[in-house]
Amino acid sequence: MAEALAIDVHGLTKRFGSKLAVDHVDIAVPQGEVWGFLGPNGSGKTTTIRMLCGLLRPDDGNGTCIGYDVRTEAEAIKRNVGYMTQRFSFWEDLSVKENLDFVARVYELDNREQRVAKMLDRLGLEKRQDQLAGELSGGWKQRMALGACMLHEPKLLLLDEPTAGVDPEARRQFWEQIHTLSERGLTVLVSTHYMDEAERCDRIVYILNGKVVTRGTVAEVIKQSGLITFVVRGDNVRHIADKLRHERGVEYVAFFGAVLHVSGHDRHALEQALTPYRQQFQIEEEQPSLEDVFIQLQEAAA
Amino acid sequence: MRAFSLRRLTAVLVKEFIQMRRDRLTAAMVLGIPVLQLLLFGFAINLNPKNLPTAISIDDPGRFGRSVVAALHNTSYFEIIEQTNSPVRARRLLDEGRVSFVVEIPVDFTRSIVRGSKPSLVIEADATDPASGSYALAAFNSLATTALRDDLVGPLAARAQGPPPFQLITHLLYNPESVTQYNIVPGLLAIILTMTMVLLTCLALTRERERGTYENLLAMPATPLEIMLGKIAPNIVIGAIQSSIILLVARYVFGVPMLGSFVILGVGLIVYIVALLAVGYTFSTIAENQLQAMQMTVFFLLPSILLSGFAFPFKGMPTWAQWLGEVLPATHFLRVVRGVLLKGNGWTETWPEIWPLLLFLTVVSTVAVARFRRTLD
Ligand SMILES: Nc1ncnc2c1ncn2[C@@H]1O[C@H](COP(=O)(O)OP(=O)(O)OP(=O)(O)O)[C@@H](O)[C@H]1O
Ligand SMILES: [Mg+2]
Repeated sequence: MAEALAIDVHGLTKRFGSKLAVDHVDIAVPQGEVWGFLGPNGSGKTTTIRMLCGLLRPDDGNGTCIGYDVRTEAEAIKRNVGYMTQRFSFWEDLSVKENLDFVARVYELDNREQRVAKMLDRLGLEKRQDQLAGELSGGWKQRMALGACMLHEPKLLLLDEPTAGVDPEARRQFWEQIHTLSERGLTVLVSTHYMDEAERCDRIVYILNGKVVTRGTVAEVIKQSGLITFVVRGDNVRHIADKLRHERGVEYVAFFGAVLHVSGHDRHALEQALTPYRQQFQIEEEQPSLEDVFIQLQEAAA
Repeated sequence: MRAFSLRRLTAVLVKEFIQMRRDRLTAAMVLGIPVLQLLLFGFAINLNPKNLPTAISIDDPGRFGRSVVAALHNTSYFEIIEQTNSPVRARRLLDEGRVSFVVEIPVDFTRSIVRGSKPSLVIEADATDPASGSYALAAFNSLATTALRDDLVGPLAARAQGPPPFQLITHLLYNPESVTQYNIVPGLLAIILTMTMVLLTCLALTRERERGTYENLLAMPATPLEIMLGKIAPNIVIGAIQSSIILLVARYVFGVPMLGSFVILGVGLIVYIVALLAVGYTFSTIAENQLQAMQMTVFFLLPSILLSGFAFPFKGMPTWAQWLGEVLPATHFLRVVRGVLLKGNGWTETWPEIWPLLLFLTVVSTVAVARFRRTLD
C-alpha cells in the first residue's frame, strides 16, 4: 500500500473558451504525503484541483483520485475527498455548528452530534459554535472550513490556499495538524503562495500558465533550476540594482530585505557583471532560495 | 452511492428551514404581498365605475326615445359618446372596444309604447370585465320603472301604474361563461400563488451560485433530486400559510361563497403549489444570475394571468391561446378553485384538472433534475 498513489492523473487539460487554463498536467502523489501546489495567480491551481475532485470535467487527460476515475466516478471521489475551496463557501447565514451539522448529515455520518462536538472542540470553536459563520473573522472562517471538510474523515485533502489571510500562529497550528494527519496516512495536496509552507511539504509542484514547470522536493527543485545566486550586502545596495539588471547574464535582481539577490545561469557572466562592485560591497555566492527559483521561472516566462 | 438517501434529504431540508427562518425579508414579502395584492385587486374590482362609454342606436322620432336617452345619462353610469341610427355602426364601436355598452332603441319605440305593445329596449354589454359593468347594468334595469315616469301623463297615466311599459333585454357579449365578481377573488389565489411560489424558488440555486456556496454543495454527495426536494419542501409550508390567508380574506372580507370540500381544495392546492415551486426551481437551474431568474419568472407570470382564464374568459380566447393556456398550471387550478368554491365540485369534476397539474409537475421536475449541473463547467 505504501507506494499506492492517492492522486494519479495524466495530461489533465482544461480550456475556458480559447484560454488554456490547465495544459497537460501530470500529478502523482503517493499516499500519506503532503504536496504543495504552487504557482502565480491565474496559473491554474484552482482549476486543476477542481478537476481532481470532479467539479470540472477535464477537456483532455485522465487518471484517478484515491483509485476512482476523475471522469466517471466523481460521486465516489466526493465521498472520500475533503475539498476546501479558495473562497469561503460555507453558508454565512448558518451558525458554525449548523454548518458542521449539515455536512455531517449530507455525508450520512454516524454519531453525528458526537463527531460535530469533537470537531468543534478540536478546532477550538466550541465558544463560537452558535455564531453565524458570516460573522466570523477570516482566520476562524478558514478554521471552520477546514474542520468541515475533514469531518467525514476523507482519505485525501485538497486544500486551495487554506492559509491565505491567516495569522502566523494559526498557520503554524494548521501545519502541525496537517502533519499529524499525514502521519495517519492522509494524503494532502495544498496550494499556497507561502514559501515557508512550501518548505514544509514533502514535495512541491510548480505550475505556470497551466503547465507544470518544475516538481520534486525543495532541494531538488532548487538543484534542477541550475540557478546561481549571488547575494550582495552593504550600504546603498539599492543604487546598483538598476544597473545590474541590464548586465549580460543577469536574469533577475531582487531585494530580500536589505540584501540583493542577483541570479542567472551563467556563472562567468554573473561574476563579470559583479566585479566592479566587489570593492564597495560584500558579495558571496549562496544557494538560491525557493523564491529565487520561482521568481526566475516567472520572469523567464514573461 | 445510492441514488436517493433520506438522510441526505434531511440534511438539505434542515439547512433550508434554518435559512428560511433567518431570511425575514423574504418571509415578510411572501406573507405581506398576497394580502396587499388581494385587498388592492379585490377592492379595485369592487369599485363603482361611472361614466362608461356608451353608444346609442336610436331610430325613433318620438319623445319617449329621447326620454330614455336622458334617463340613461342621468344615471351617471353611462357616458353617451355617440348617437347613431345605424345599429351596425353602434355594434362596430362595441367590437372595437371604444364603448362598453350599446343601447338600442328600436324603430317606433314611442308609438309602440303608446299602443301598449311593450317594445324591447336592448343593452349589449362588453362583459370581459363583468364586475366593472355590473353597477351600470343594475342602473339600466331600474330604467324600466323610472325612465318614462314624467312622460306617462294624461291618457297614458295608467301605463305608469302597471307593469313597465317596455321590456329590458341584456346581452352580455365576449363572456359566455358569465364570469362573476366572485370569480375574481378565487382567481387571485391562483395568480398570487403563481407569483410568490415561483419567486421563492427561482433564486434557490442562483443564490448559492452567487454566494459561492454552490461549489461546496457540489463537492458534497447530495444528489440533484435530494437538493431539489430539500429546497422545495420548506416552501410548501409558506404556500400553505399564504393560501390560508388568501382564503380567509376571500371569505370574510369579500364574502366569497365556499360550497365545496376543503379536502379536495387542499389536494388541488398542494399539487398546484408544488408544481409552481418546481417551475421556479427549474428556472434556477437554468438562470445564470438573479436577474435572469427574475425575467423568467415574469415570462411565466404574464401568460398565467392573461391566458389562464383569469383576465379574459377562457372560451372567448382564440384556439391557439387556449392551447397555450391548457399547458399552464394556473388554468387548471383556476378551474379547480372556482369549481370547488363556487359550484361545490366534487372529485369527479375536479380530477380532470388535477391530473394535468400532476403531469406538468412530473415534466418540470424531470427537466430540473436533468438540467442540474453537477459540475462547475
Ligand atoms: N470559470 C472560468 N471561466 C473562465 N475562465 C476561468 C474560469 N476559472 C478560471 N479561469 C481562468 O483560468 C485561469 C486559471 O485560473 P485558476 O483560478 O485556476 O488560477 P489559480 O492558480 O487558482 O490562481 P490564484 O492563485 O489567483 O487562485 C485564469 O486565467 C482564470 O482567469
Ligand atoms: Mg486559485
